[in-house]
Amino acid sequence: MKLQAGTILAAALASLLASAAHADVTLTILADTNQETVSFLDALTKAYSEKRPDISFDIENRAGGAEGDNIVKTRLATGEMADIFQYNSGSLFQALKPEQTLADLSDLPNAGNISESFKPVVSAADGSVRGVPFGPAMGGGIFYNRKIYAELGLEVPKTWADFIANSEKVKAAGKVGIAQTYGDTWTSQLFVLADFYNVNAAAPSFAKDFTENKAKFATTPAASKGFERLEQTGKAGLFNADFGAAKFDDGMRMVATGEAAHYPMLTFGIGNIAQNYPENLADLGFFAQPGDDAAKNGLTVWMPSALYSPASAENGEEAKKFLDWVASKEACELMAKAVPSGPYLIKDCQLPADVPQAVKDMLPYFETEGRTAPALEFLSPVKGPALEQITVEVGSGIRPAAEAAALYDQDVQKQAKQLGLPNW
Amino acid sequence: MVTQKSPYPYWFVLPAAIVFTVLFLVPTFASFWFSLTRWDLFSTQFIGLENYAQFLREPFLIQGTINTLIFAFATSATKTVIGLLLAVLLTSGIWAQGFLRTVVFFPVLVSTIGIGITFAALMHPTNGVINVALASIGLPGPGWLTDPVLALYSVIIVDLWKGVGLATLIYIAGLATISQDYYEAARMDGATRTQMFFRVTVPLVRPATVTVVTLSLIGGLRSFDLIWAMTRGGPGFSSDVLASVIYKQYQAGFYGLSTAGNVILFALIGLIILPLTVWFNRREVDL
Repeated sequence: MKLQAGTILAAALASLLASAAHADVTLTILADTNQETVSFLDALTKAYSEKRPDISFDIENRAGGAEGDNIVKTRLATGEMADIFQYNSGSLFQALKPEQTLADLSDLPNAGNISESFKPVVSAADGSVRGVPFGPAMGGGIFYNRKIYAELGLEVPKTWADFIANSEKVKAAGKVGIAQTYGDTWTSQLFVLADFYNVNAAAPSFAKDFTENKAKFATTPAASKGFERLEQTGKAGLFNADFGAAKFDDGMRMVATGEAAHYPMLTFGIGNIAQNYPENLADLGFFAQPGDDAAKNGLTVWMPSALYSPASAENGEEAKKFLDWVASKEACELMAKAVPSGPYLIKDCQLPADVPQAVKDMLPYFETEGRTAPALEFLSPVKGPALEQITVEVGSGIRPAAEAAALYDQDVQKQAKQLGLPNW
Repeated sequence: MVTQKSPYPYWFVLPAAIVFTVLFLVPTFASFWFSLTRWDLFSTQFIGLENYAQFLREPFLIQGTINTLIFAFATSATKTVIGLLLAVLLTSGIWAQGFLRTVVFFPVLVSTIGIGITFAALMHPTNGVINVALASIGLPGPGWLTDPVLALYSVIIVDLWKGVGLATLIYIAGLATISQDYYEAARMDGATRTQMFFRVTVPLVRPATVTVVTLSLIGGLRSFDLIWAMTRGGPGFSSDVLASVIYKQYQAGFYGLSTAGNVILFALIGLIILPLTVWFNRREVDL
């Protein structure tokens, strides 16, 4: 008996020594706690650790939203960033001073796999790529409950007027027309942000002029329409009774389970339903936010977040190898299998055959040229921080739409000045 | 006046002085500098008084200042009055006095954020315990935190609940220092209980009142955590106070701008508290 224990001990010691000699590396990753992020990282790190048994991962959680912005910026500025971190692409990425703080990934063997449409939103001013896409492109539009639509004989609306008419019919049938969830203030922005395809269709130069301080929300009729639409839905009394306190999870639950017919949101909400209400996933449909003209119907698209490595990473080389693998078809298809919620941005990366209904509803927009437009925040670095409070006010009937658009212009001006942009 | 020479050498002060300089003086003066710059954590650029001009143009600054003053004076006044009444009650030798004192003081020990989250759930417009209870007796419950007119006052009530225990504790200590002789003398002269309260207790408990008013007023002026946990300044901007306006600039990454806001808040608190302290101290000498 004693001998046996001794052997086990010796064996344990030997394996301990062996692994130490092998120079194991623990890669640290800082990421938010969205259901999608968790599922992706789980799939990626498990598969990578199997390929490379000497690599293990230590995933650290951070808050999302503005609090997350602060954590990322502070840790980058103080050189305390993890080896790899997940963060937004587009205007928020630009605020990180990528050319100073982030590792250049342009020379990675798999960098060529990254979709040309994604590269600009993770490129520094010198054109070098600094991030690899983490997740699928998302649509910003309106989730709808297919059961309610079938029961009431409604059709997917192609114009805003039809959308309001549908919502009114749902309300008359005793259900909530449109779910709103101002307990999570960011969710209040969707009617304004997801209207950008329509803004762009009516005023194609708006994004450029807006960045150069030549066009304003309040004085561009196509742009202020988003605020007016939000105001109209609020005034019509189409919202759930607790819209002021409900949260994102409530909104997704309401539209998936048929308490509400509509919920304006980004398609990453599909992951939430797949996790929390899988039996209702088939009832969840999706359409783009309609404009005035049925002939010009298209989807506003959000680019996914990306994985970056700071220039000062402790395990920089291993981090880059991991990021290179994330940009491979193999890794991308692992993510697509974990969360098949939209088109992925790696060459030849295929979605599995049976995707959720809401994804099926979204894919046709991507398949036709000109039926998608990037959201404004991927075309312009200018985005006012108070939009979510302003849209809460408009939706709650505290402030009229015209005043809100003007107030947002003021907010935008402050941000542009703080960024030190030219022309402001 | 003769200054007595300290029996200790000056270098005894050194450890404390170093800590104070590194942790308080340097950051304070650095913040004056950073408030004059465009600062994104990675680099700074001197822009003069631009941040102050921008902060004073902030659309919700006026509303935020008014809300700050309402919040500070409302919580301070109610804590003072209710704190004193509770202290008198809890020193009168009533039943279970020790237990009741603990109950009153208990909320002070609970984390403010925890209280905020709990009350936000209790005050939920449709599922919250408060409105469910009101509905069960046929009363329509208001949107405590979602009605722009009510939100600030709902937070004030919770802040009172949370902070009144500390005021009570200070008053209990203050009451203990009043000699029973005064009450005996008053009773001999035929004073009623009300007269004793206003003529003996209130004037003699003044040092405690000064402490309670000053502490709760400063606390109210820079109050942030409870408001942020309960409403985040909302709905919209309706319960924003100065500290939450400043915090939102910080969140947006406008570090120079939010530092300028903090310098302004610092000056405002000084402007209110300094004359108040001088006034209180003079009255004390008059007594």
